[in-house]
Amino acid sequence: MAPEVTRPFDDSEEMEISFGPQHPATHGVLRLMVKLDGERIIEAKPIIGYLHRGTEKIFETLTYNQAIPHTDRMDYTAAATNNQALVGAVERLMGITIPPRAAYIRIMLAEMQRIASHTIWLATHALDIGAMTPYFYAFEEREKILDLYEAYCGARLTLNCMRVGGQPFDLPDGWTHRLRQFIDQFPHRVAEWEKLLTNNRIWKLRTVGVGVISAPDAIEWGLTGPPLRGSGVRWDVRKALPYDRYDEVAFDIPTGTHGDTYDRYLVRMEEFRQSVRILRQCLDRLPDGPVMAKVPKVIKPPKGEVYHSVEGPKGELGFYVVSDGSAIPYRLRVRPASFINLQALPALVRGHLVADLVAIIGTLDIVLGEIDR
Amino acid sequence: MDDQPIGTVQVVPAPTPLQPWEERPVTPTPRDAHADAQVEELAAAVPGGVEAAVELAGQITVQVPPASISKVLRACKDCLGYDFLVDLTAVDWLDRAEGRFDVVYWLHRHRDQRRLRLKVVVAEGVEVLTATGVWKTANWMEREVYDLFGLHFAGHPNLERILTWEGFNGHPLRKDFPIEGIDTGAAIYPDVFPPGGGPVKAGGDE
Repeated sequence: MAPEVTRPFDDSEEMEISFGPQHPATHGVLRLMVKLDGERIIEAKPIIGYLHRGTEKIFETLTYNQAIPHTDRMDYTAAATNNQALVGAVERLMGITIPPRAAYIRIMLAEMQRIASHTIWLATHALDIGAMTPYFYAFEEREKILDLYEAYCGARLTLNCMRVGGQPFDLPDGWTHRLRQFIDQFPHRVAEWEKLLTNNRIWKLRTVGVGVISAPDAIEWGLTGPPLRGSGVRWDVRKALPYDRYDEVAFDIPTGTHGDTYDRYLVRMEEFRQSVRILRQCLDRLPDGPVMAKVPKVIKPPKGEVYHSVEGPKGELGFYVVSDGSAIPYRLRVRPASFINLQALPALVRGHLVADLVAIIGTLDIVLGEIDR
Repeated sequence: MDDQPIGTVQVVPAPTPLQPWEERPVTPTPRDAHADAQVEELAAAVPGGVEAAVELAGQITVQVPPASISKVLRACKDCLGYDFLVDLTAVDWLDRAEGRFDVVYWLHRHRDQRRLRLKVVVAEGVEVLTATGVWKTANWMEREVYDLFGLHFAGHPNLERILTWEGFNGHPLRKDFPIEGIDTGAAIYPDVFPPGGGPVKAGGDE
């Protein structure tokens, strides 16, 4: 439970400070107007929009395949899952079934992306709280994943690695072997990180009981992804509304019980292992065949609307496509997971110390590129 | 052929059926969804709450009269079990006669993992009743719709711009807002930048 807001001294005064937008612990250009009583937070009001680029407006001038590189730049730590959500939406509206090999490649790219995104979360979250060592360890692993992406599509961050109807290229020679080498050693690295943090007394003091949100509140605030599961709701888009043959791979949904920062940490650590489990299954039964379905040269979805969502590393990422039958979307709305998760921040930080605010921003795992679009 | 014994039939292998990805995609077609269970229970819970119901690609869209949207959302949450508001957004149909904007709600229920899209047609200048009293998460979503489309939500506790800044002229996702942008600077600091001047020109011709 968050401690009650108390006034320790009669002469203490309320103070309002602007936290960010240029602050390393805000993970981008997030600005918070924080009302303080000493070190205690009375109220925190997020002010966003510093990175607004009008992505949804730009979408209305581009064809569907031209829009894919713009999705890379929303959640720039998870480009593959952004691509997956957009192409999935267009494929659903056009009735395209992608070849099984393409679906398995997509699952692999998405799970690698989940691992890469979670390594950034772990690195920066731990760094914010004061643990510097995990930062270097986690980025070393992320580097290996980025090398695999580079071998697949030539890019490391803004991948642009999926197309409407399938995959632009097949896997290069030796790629599956390299991925297998990675997943063979990766669980040992996760165990190493857990040795540094999970039972670390300082880590537990800083995270247990900090930023608690109950399961009904989490649903009320629209939380998805690890913040929802940390509160004990066993819900994952990959299981609830399977896409891209996720129904063919076995994995578990980790959940927490207390809904605090520590439980969300445990959930994400388990998601590392579950992603490895999915990757191993994909490698074991990667089907042969084409990677691109038979689709028209010009992607023209019929008149209509469709919403398609994927489980991104941050939560449910959805695309709402409204088509007027032309090659350019009439409206392309993004349901950004970070934007909606951030909304719960004022409720989570009330009554906590300023130092906990930093921990709670870290545990929500926000990316401002996706929030502001 | 000559050394084949008389009477043998040459077996021609049957052509393997084409897989779905080898054929041209079959585009989904909309169909009337009034008889669907999800729509029927909504119509039973709120009489007069369903104006039209269409299914496309497995997703049901129900059009709701603007006056009863609050009642419908409340009934969806309390009676029908849609506990989760996934998304709230708007679409601008610039020249449509029956109303310029669609406000779109996308609901989810954890009980059976079903989703339902509600839609309200709103004319320009008409207020929509807020959903913030039903779901807290509607707060920022409605602020975003207000900011980018200029739709007002009656009863919203804090209807401010969220992605653009206070004083921004116009609503960028409207179809009549030019893609190249407008001169928006003047309204932020009217004492520094005269109206129509904006940060680009200011200081240039002093």
